[in-house]
Amino acid sequence: MKDHYDVVVVGAGPAGMAAATVVAEHGANVLLLDEQSTAGGQIYRAVSRQVLNDENILGRDYYQGRTLVSALQASGAEHVSGATVWQLSPEHEIGVSRDGVARLLSADQVILATGAQERPFPVPGWTLAGVMTAGGAQVLLKSAALAAPDAVFAGTGPLLYLVAHQYRKAGIGIRAILDTTPRANRLRALPHLPAALMNMGALLKGRRWLAELRAAGIPFIRHVEDLKLLGTDALSAVEYRHRDRWQRFDTSRVFLHQGIVPNVNLAMAAGCAHRWSDAQLCWHAVTDAWGETDVPGIAIAGDGVAIHGARAAECLGRIAAYGALHRCARLTARDRDRLAAPQRRTLVQERRSRPFLDAMFRPSRQFRLPDDDATIVCRCEEVPAARVVEAVALGCVGPNQLKAFSRCGMGPCQGRLCGLTISEMIARQRGVPVAEVGALRLRPPVKPLMLAELAALATAPESIPGRD
Amino acid sequence: MGAALAFGLQRRGLSTLMLDEGDIAFRAARGNFGLVWVQGKGSDFPPYAQWTWASAQSWPDLVAEIEAITGEDIGYRRPGGAEVCIDPGEFEATRAQMHRLQSHAPHFEYQMLDRKALSELLPGLGPEVAGGCYSPADGHVNPLLLLRGLHQCLTAKGGRIETGSRVIAIQRRGSAFAVDTIGMRHHSARLVLAAGLGTRELAAMIGLQIPLRPERGQILVTERLRPFLSLPLARIRQTAEGSVQLGASNEDAGFDEGTRASVMNRIAARAVRVFPHLQRARVVRAWAALRIMTPDSYPIYAQSQCHPGAFAAVCHSGVTLAAAHVLHLAAGIAEGALPEALSPMDTRRFGHA
Amino acid sequence: MRRLPRDDGPQVRVEFEGQPLLAYAGDTVAAALLAGNHWNFRTTPVSGASRGPFCMMGVCFDCLVEIDGVANRQACMIEVRDGMRVKRQLGASDIGIGADLFADGEQETPS
Repeated sequence: MKDHYDVVVVGAGPAGMAAATVVAEHGANVLLLDEQSTAGGQIYRAVSRQVLNDENILGRDYYQGRTLVSALQASGAEHVSGATVWQLSPEHEIGVSRDGVARLLSADQVILATGAQERPFPVPGWTLAGVMTAGGAQVLLKSAALAAPDAVFAGTGPLLYLVAHQYRKAGIGIRAILDTTPRANRLRALPHLPAALMNMGALLKGRRWLAELRAAGIPFIRHVEDLKLLGTDALSAVEYRHRDRWQRFDTSRVFLHQGIVPNVNLAMAAGCAHRWSDAQLCWHAVTDAWGETDVPGIAIAGDGVAIHGARAAECLGRIAAYGALHRCARLTARDRDRLAAPQRRTLVQERRSRPFLDAMFRPSRQFRLPDDDATIVCRCEEVPAARVVEAVALGCVGPNQLKAFSRCGMGPCQGRLCGLTISEMIARQRGVPVAEVGALRLRPPVKPLMLAELAALATAPESIPGRD
Repeated sequence: MGAALAFGLQRRGLSTLMLDEGDIAFRAARGNFGLVWVQGKGSDFPPYAQWTWASAQSWPDLVAEIEAITGEDIGYRRPGGAEVCIDPGEFEATRAQMHRLQSHAPHFEYQMLDRKALSELLPGLGPEVAGGCYSPADGHVNPLLLLRGLHQCLTAKGGRIETGSRVIAIQRRGSAFAVDTIGMRHHSARLVLAAGLGTRELAAMIGLQIPLRPERGQILVTERLRPFLSLPLARIRQTAEGSVQLGASNEDAGFDEGTRASVMNRIAARAVRVFPHLQRARVVRAWAALRIMTPDSYPIYAQSQCHPGAFAAVCHSGVTLAAAHVLHLAAGIAEGALPEALSPMDTRRFGHA
Repeated sequence: MRRLPRDDGPQVRVEFEGQPLLAYAGDTVAAALLAGNHWNFRTTPVSGASRGPFCMMGVCFDCLVEIDGVANRQACMIEVRDGMRVKRQLGASDIGIGADLFADGEQETPS
């Protein structure tokens, strides 16, 4: 790795791969940093390793990722894997850790493509061993050809049904699907249906999965109102309330999912402004038409800005790359606009069904804001909902005070699994909008870093070229 | 500071309302290391040394009151504390400083220890350490539990707290003060400004000039570790939960304007020289300690001449001085005049009225 | 856990709690453990509760294990290597300084 690049891209999912490819193809110095050992992000995780023999299991959409990986490799972009970015300063000082060694480098332009993570799903018992996310189950399928038979799938959202569908394709038995999509969502989603129908393919696909799952005789319980995961040392049963009656499945494996949300930690720590999206119930980075944030030279592309899916992420990655190339004076404004135009057209098409999906699969309040006082809100510090409520009652107005008084957000995950929950809980208890409550204030290191690495860090500010 | 004074006044029977800015306030309090620290303080300014000593000695009384009201252990321990000196130069400078302090504060006890002796107190001490200074007078507390405890004590005694209330204007209305926040006006007979850096702007409204500037330092916090450090050090402290705090102590004025990474590097490098085993620990978060620095670093306790009944108080050792603030300073404010012992710490030392 | 038909990659021998475990090159430690039907990876330093992998993508920090003597490593982010010794992470990381008694004579355990 060099000390300085024209463009540094963080994250090798579809947005990052597309962005780095474009930058390299236009002759600029680009570095693509990614935590995983191979490119693909989460959606195309391990796609170039070709783990599963039967490609029908994961489906054609997944293997599309190969095209992106090949293009990346052909472009000559420098791709460093196993690299964790723990700092991005507004002045573009980037802290990276790889193989136990931390170093600093800088770039004229930075494109963050850190993608998405699963939304927290705070129900009683969600911290028990044996409880995983549907995304996690899919990672095991993609990267290790592993599947857990007889699991209960619980939650809402396309990814839940997709993984269940992939399990079926693989011949793995599913105990039951507990669908928490509220009945009311149908009505809410209806106004968005016409627009979504213009992206018919995706919708039909989803409906087919659901139909097949129901036809396969897997218990498919819709409009589940409440969920409890039970067990002492590990999960042993799941209880759910349906039509006002409680039922139970004995199981030691549950896959939870209620949507994905942008990974905002690095962007927020870099000082990029975010706004609360009520449509997606999460923080969206504030970006211009080129993905640039309010921090000059830092752009965000893909699901890391707002959730729009993998195809949209590719387009946003390329658009951000064109924008960055122009800011580096490698592209005229005219060429930049010309090259971006087809990407924008595809983007419009890809985004059409999003409002419908957001409304249809909007997770209901009781699964975002636990009613049960004992439910753990902060997994790392094991802080129950009751303590959050108590702290707000004592006068905490926002997540940062709450962190100080309850320890929520002080653990290694740095609020990734509790941040959204606590912002929403505080807003609800105070009776104010989430936008007013705000988010946890984040600072580097954005991922935990060994003291040995920090102590050995070579810092020579004079040798890092300044930005103008 | 504010919470301590508010509680101090309420417990003397004065009905007290505390106005607090909002979620990003408590910056200074949140950034506090948690030391209840005596050694070295006021080595060149006896009034501060005496005031610090008085506070340290009163701390057990403050703890007893807080714990009696809240029923919660706020983590106050007084096992003594140590300042580790990396090189012989630091060691000699520290020895000289402690000697000066003791010369006008004879009750202050300390021991200069060479590396071998210090390593008996601090297992795992690195080989590249010259030695250090131990004082039995030092201790530590959980600063957040202290703050919460003070809040709870204030309300338990009948005081009120309003959060999200930034003070915009202060006026004299006859013999009372009118304090404006957005949408509200409060009246009171007495006024105490203890708003950290915001005190300067507010104090101007009551005819006081309080020179202040912010000084940032970083604190790194590790993941929870098995207990290995029972003494607080000036720049390394293991909390009751097991996490280790590294970095800015109340005494450190040496951090420059360097990038975040270079500051973090310096803190980390020093920490692993003191305890090489810490190399295996992970930093899970960092925050900025915002110190409220007066020009000479000592507290400012001032009362307005043109608006009697109005006081301003700022310092950067809010935790160490908390007992003095609750038990002694509040008394002076309640009686309408600051204690004589504090007059060297008013604004006249800067040439202001 | 069931292994689905997959590439015939090289296999890797690792140890979990002293017991041998077979894995494929490219598997994460988490996958290898799950394949061996080990779902309980650690006990927390807060309460001693048992935890296992949750997100499989490095954001939840619940899959922490001790690898080759180094504590608190994210099993889902590290690939298996031949001869790796993996153990459950029991409570807080021990950096290797002898267990200390607090000055007031009581042994404090993390709360």
